[in-house]
Amino acid sequence: MTTTMEAPAADRNKMTVSDTDVAIEIRDMNKWYGDFHVLRDIDLKVMRGERIVIAGPSGSGKSTLIRCINRLEEHQQGDIIVDGIELTSDIKRIDEVRREVGMVFQHFNLFPHLTVLQNLTLAPIWVRGTPKAEAEASAMKYLERVKIPEQANKFPGQLSGGQQQRVAIARSLCMNPKIMLFDEPTSALDPEMIKEVLDVMVQLAQDGMTMICVTHEMGFARQVANRVIFMDQGQIIEQNEPEAFFSNPQHERTKLFLSQILH
Amino acid sequence: MSHSQPSYVRTQMAEPLPPPGNTTGVVAWMRANLFSSIGNTILTFLGIALIIWTVIPAYGFLIGNAVFTDPEGLRGEACRFEGVGACWIFIQARFNFFIYGFYPSDEIWRINLMFIIGIILLIPLLVPKVPFTRVAAILFFGVYPFVAYFLMYGGVFGLDVVPTRNWGGLTLTLIISLIGIIASLPLGILLALGRQSKLPIIKGFCVAFIELWRAVPLITVLFMASVMFPLFMPQGTNPDVLLRAIIGIVLFESAYMAEVVRGGLQAIPSGQREAASALGLSKLKTTALIVMPQALKHVIPGIVNTFIALFKDTTLVSIIGIFELLNAVRAAGSDIAWQFPTDAVTGYVFAGFVFWIFCFGMSRYSIYMEDRLHTGHRR
Repeated sequence: MTTTMEAPAADRNKMTVSDTDVAIEIRDMNKWYGDFHVLRDIDLKVMRGERIVIAGPSGSGKSTLIRCINRLEEHQQGDIIVDGIELTSDIKRIDEVRREVGMVFQHFNLFPHLTVLQNLTLAPIWVRGTPKAEAEASAMKYLERVKIPEQANKFPGQLSGGQQQRVAIARSLCMNPKIMLFDEPTSALDPEMIKEVLDVMVQLAQDGMTMICVTHEMGFARQVANRVIFMDQGQIIEQNEPEAFFSNPQHERTKLFLSQILH
Repeated sequence: MSHSQPSYVRTQMAEPLPPPGNTTGVVAWMRANLFSSIGNTILTFLGIALIIWTVIPAYGFLIGNAVFTDPEGLRGEACRFEGVGACWIFIQARFNFFIYGFYPSDEIWRINLMFIIGIILLIPLLVPKVPFTRVAAILFFGVYPFVAYFLMYGGVFGLDVVPTRNWGGLTLTLIISLIGIIASLPLGILLALGRQSKLPIIKGFCVAFIELWRAVPLITVLFMASVMFPLFMPQGTNPDVLLRAIIGIVLFESAYMAEVVRGGLQAIPSGQREAASALGLSKLKTTALIVMPQALKHVIPGIVNTFIALFKDTTLVSIIGIFELLNAVRAAGSDIAWQFPTDAVTGYVFAGFVFWIFCFGMSRYSIYMEDRLHTGHRR
């Protein structure tokens, strides 16, 4: 599960975290699926520039939590405030939040009927009203950043998993999001392709992006996260800086989890 | 590699070799596909027997014993001999009637002009890489229906009025099916979307509409349109019977189309909608740009299936006295001058062949479109 990526200490210091500027604030948030209480009393404050890794066993509510942040899932109690906008059922605000928050999915969810370039320019053109030529120029810039400009005119089905996920990241970046959510971005990839995706994410972190990543890549957590959150049964069990989290977990459940994934 | 040594490192890569010779060539193909077993050998001979049994008489009827020319001007009498095959002079003599129905022969140029304009506009729409697709689409869907209507019906620019009861033949078959095809697809898409709506009124209406129309035979719909419908209308208003039949067909086929499209909508993974929402696309844009193009691509075979069924269903309008191609052939066959059995049979062969040409064309075109739109996502 773990990838060997030594974290150069200097790198992390380059990434600045704001002390005052709150990117996401979640207060007393609860969510149910029918009778099932999936998220319980979630309190979380994410500052601008923070990189947070959420870990936990499957079914612990990690994905549901980040999907609440851009309202792919609806919460029933409590407040979620993203970039100063409170998420309610008001569709206008939801769209406003979604424009500011990018999301990368486990299964990429690229649009198979569009070329890579069209995947990237779709939202800028149809949501922001960017002229086509401008959108394409900016899309090519992001494709170069994820190192696959030569695939621009291919269809997603012709790319490898790692390339598809990098396209998906570039697609989100084309909307100039202030916050990026990653929902197990490397879980569906062949082991050989995990690194190329993580490299892009590391670079993004170094550029100061506010990131929340649900991932089992503990090497990545050590290298870029400034906070690791452990969830189980819909609750936040423990959170700490990565060094302390891995070397000295407090809660029994965390210890068990870490002993199972860090062989 | 020896079994006693567990460790092994390949030093030379194996070169690719050509396939063995006895798997290629005509004899090998026949052995593999026709005579691979006793059962297959028997089936092969049965197949050959079946072909001989059907092809030779068919050849005799259609070509060998058929009457192609009528040099003495005998008309129907030319086919009145024992053992005579297809009476092709019947088709020649009544060809204009089969194509144009009762349309006045001096005005037939109007129909031809309508066909020519239609084909010119359809080429950029159907053949990729031909330019002016957008202009052609606007003209075809926005302007052409009016041009076609006024060419057919007349009443403007000094054109004589030709009432719809004089329309007929292949022309009418094509008019009914083209309107049916063009109108039923968007209606079907709307119904399919409405059926998935969260608003109970819209959903209820769409479900009721689809289930009602699908549960009724088309013949019933056409009878309702021609016989019952006028009873409900106020005295004096009597919309054209052809128009009523076309509306009936459009509504009937749109219910089927809705279910085909719904099948495609259900095949789209929820991740597609989620990804589009996460990018900030509204529901409408997500449906129009992401979901619907993929859904329609998935169900091209089903859509074309419905189109082909619609094309053949147009023959049913004959029961309310509309002379589309098949009814025109039937009417011509009951003409006193062409009353010999092979005349009618030849007419039906001709009608069947015309229907087959159009349906087979649609089928091949749909396969071509599927290939063209296949973007390699299903590897």
